[in-house]
Amino acid sequence: MSSDGRITPSTLSVKDLPWQIHWNKGKCTLCGHCTAICPVHAIELGVFRKRAVQTSIGLNEAPSHVYQVYHGIRQKTDPAYACVGCAMCSLVCPNDCILPYRSDEADKLRYHVNRGGQPRRRGGRRNVPGGILDQIKFIRISMLTDPALDAGRHEFELRTLLGRVLPPEEDLKLLHEESWTPPVREIYPLMLGAMSFGALSPTMWEGLQMGVAYLNEELGMPVRMCTGEGGCPPRLLRSRFLKYVILQIASGYFGWDEIIRAIPEMKEDPCAIEIKYGQGAKPGDGGLLMWYKVNELIAAVRGVPTGVSLPSPPTHQTKYSIEESVAKMIQSMSMAWDFRVPVYPKISGTTTALAVLNNLTRNPYAAALAIDGEDGGTGAAYNVSMNHMGHPIAGNIRDCYLNLVKLGMQNEIPLFAGGGVGKNGNLAANAAALIMLGASGVQIGKYIMQAAAGCLGSESDRCNICNIGLCPKGITSQDPRLYRRLDPEQVAERVVDAFLAFDTELKKIMAPLGRSTSLPIGMSDAIGINDQAAAERLDIKYVV
Amino acid sequence: MCRLIAITSETPLSPMVAIGALDAMNEGHDGSGVGLFLSDLGGHFGELNGEPILSGIFTNAGMKRLDGFMMEVGFLTKYKLSIKVPKTPPPGVPKRDMYLIRAYEYPETWEGLSEREIHERLMNIRLQLRHMGEEKQDMIVFSFWPDVIMIKEIGEPLAVAEHLQLERPELQARVMIAQGRQNTNYAINLYACHPFFIQGVATTTNGENTAFVPIREFLMSRGFPGYIGYQSDSEVFTHILHFMLNRLGLPIEAYKHVITPLSGEDLENHPNGRFLKHLKHVCRRLIIDGPNCVMGCLPDKTLFLVQDRKKLRPGVVGGQPGFYAIASEMCGLDVAIPDRDKSKDFQPMYLDTAIIRPDRQEVTTCRQTDELPLPH
Repeated sequence: MSSDGRITPSTLSVKDLPWQIHWNKGKCTLCGHCTAICPVHAIELGVFRKRAVQTSIGLNEAPSHVYQVYHGIRQKTDPAYACVGCAMCSLVCPNDCILPYRSDEADKLRYHVNRGGQPRRRGGRRNVPGGILDQIKFIRISMLTDPALDAGRHEFELRTLLGRVLPPEEDLKLLHEESWTPPVREIYPLMLGAMSFGALSPTMWEGLQMGVAYLNEELGMPVRMCTGEGGCPPRLLRSRFLKYVILQIASGYFGWDEIIRAIPEMKEDPCAIEIKYGQGAKPGDGGLLMWYKVNELIAAVRGVPTGVSLPSPPTHQTKYSIEESVAKMIQSMSMAWDFRVPVYPKISGTTTALAVLNNLTRNPYAAALAIDGEDGGTGAAYNVSMNHMGHPIAGNIRDCYLNLVKLGMQNEIPLFAGGGVGKNGNLAANAAALIMLGASGVQIGKYIMQAAAGCLGSESDRCNICNIGLCPKGITSQDPRLYRRLDPEQVAERVVDAFLAFDTELKKIMAPLGRSTSLPIGMSDAIGINDQAAAERLDIKYVV
Repeated sequence: MCRLIAITSETPLSPMVAIGALDAMNEGHDGSGVGLFLSDLGGHFGELNGEPILSGIFTNAGMKRLDGFMMEVGFLTKYKLSIKVPKTPPPGVPKRDMYLIRAYEYPETWEGLSEREIHERLMNIRLQLRHMGEEKQDMIVFSFWPDVIMIKEIGEPLAVAEHLQLERPELQARVMIAQGRQNTNYAINLYACHPFFIQGVATTTNGENTAFVPIREFLMSRGFPGYIGYQSDSEVFTHILHFMLNRLGLPIEAYKHVITPLSGEDLENHPNGRFLKHLKHVCRRLIIDGPNCVMGCLPDKTLFLVQDRKKLRPGVVGGQPGFYAIASEMCGLDVAIPDRDKSKDFQPMYLDTAIIRPDRQEVTTCRQTDELPLPH
């Protein structure tokens, strides 16, 4: 409340906020680290006045009181400065005397975060913890008739294909005739999904790239990373590491001037081109990089002025229909690399995914379909899009896969699933479940930010301020003072750790199912769920 | 675990040789069923001139329906063996009206048809009969093909063989495959009994097929009417082989490259590396993980044995020129060919395809790392 006691409709108390700072006066050394680190300035040095009663022993002197002043931490209640729960204050406090606590009831802040008529925008994921993927279990355990494999000792081939695979008869005939066959990449089934240079800080991006390069060159794991819609640093475009990169083109075409100019100088082809038509976190809405993050470097890579918000249109402006325009776009991108590079669209999870897929089956140049479910993350989106729009990935992938089976094309158009994979930390289990539902591979974004860089965001609406460039860990910030907190080398190390751990866990899932030589895509007899309706919907076993 | 035996011999043998081998290996099967594939026939059936032979089990009503149907298509009976069995079957063997093995003359209207067309039609008739039988539960049809007899029944192999009097001279054959079944995860159904057969290709398998569901989905979506059934996860091995031989035009040496392709450096350095990489990609859904030992017979009567890549199920090859056998166990081989040179017995390993060509002069092994004899 303001010091003059005025109350406005948006006047809130600490109790009304989603996060309340608990501060322990007895342990505080008033060092000021917490107030300095708080990304949203939710806390400040407070001067408190308190009245102390003084009583002396005996009856000679009457009890009295005295006013004292003490210094400490005060939480602001202005909605613009509401605590986001990131707990950086706790991280830096030398005496563990400060911690944000989640309110015990629904906050009142949510009704006031639209001041100026601007609805809430944020980063992160849909604020709904849990999900169906975690409920799927692997139930076909090889027993006596079919001894399980040894995850530690048997040879495994954890690879998937990205690219249009022709029917066997046709492919072998074309090969025999020395004719063109579509480019196909053998890659690792876990990919780093689209996170743009701009959405991510330079140190984070560099760390991911270095991690990916190490996985490929030192460990022989063909992991691929998608650039997202933000272009690609010129030096990377001209390096041999480009082959580990999937270049994304989206409706804003950011960075594509630079990419096209670099084509003649490229030493390697990129792994693939992803055409983004939709994103799980903000389905049907375009990309968004808010002005806070458009500094000189980002502006230069993207070919835009500095300090302006960069909303990509919801759709590619030159496109009318999937029949002609998507085909044309796939064709043009293929042509740019002389049909040596797979080109595939990425859409957000939707009930119309089948229509898109059916169309792609008739387009011989469509290399894959990536679908991003409602639990996908983002650097910036409207809260309403994130929380209420979109389609879960499991049902979408299953429908698409079964449709391909019906067409006999399940080996021809690989499906890639994204959106909430590893949302609760169960990355390998979620990925394996999606693969057995029919995905050829999975894409992750938020998970790797959490695992490789310590992202604090959660589905309980913790932090989630990626959009304004104040990421306390420096992951999604373009402010050198923040992103210097992140050492790219250490990010790379964590990327490698995360992939190696995933690799072991995936083997630990596949080996007991008796699978090792090929990825068990569509092996739906291996999975079950303790939810009859979900089992029916996904056409898998109901187990109790 | 099931037990398998495949025999190829210059002189026709009684199927009891194979049954005897299964009996020797009886510790490895539970006597829940037996299946026989006989080809390169001796006896009267061997004197036929390419006429198709129908093998199956019929009720009396089913026989009538069969006769009506075949007459309508224009097939005339040329020679038949109806096995009338004693009224009381041995314990565990169901009571049947008729085990039928009948050779037909081709309809006149089929004259001048290409071989391919005839093969297509023969398979379609078998499938039609199978559907008819499934509708009324009055016929079970195993094969309808020239120079092929198939017999399957539930029960202990030796008891079944004696019950059906398989000793008879009409059933002698130069090539035979038999399986003693251990019923595992599927209900006892004769269509789940090995060996499986489609258009001259027969295989029998030991072990579970963990990749069954994706493989079945892939085969069933090929638009080929014969890729149905799959009461057993092993039937896909027959159909994969048929797909590879007929649809891809590849030789038996390529079979292992389809079901257990090479990877990494082995693939990169292979003389047919580029071809094999394509094959691996386009047939990705047919890759198995074992544990499986597959024995089979090709349309030209070549016998073969392959193993999966890691787990392997027992399989041993032995014999002498003119007479070879492939068995799950040595003791099976000992019964089939007792006087062979045992020092030449051979157990194919994870890269090998053991092949006995129709001349039966030797066992050749093709290692997966060898150059492939690709058709030009």
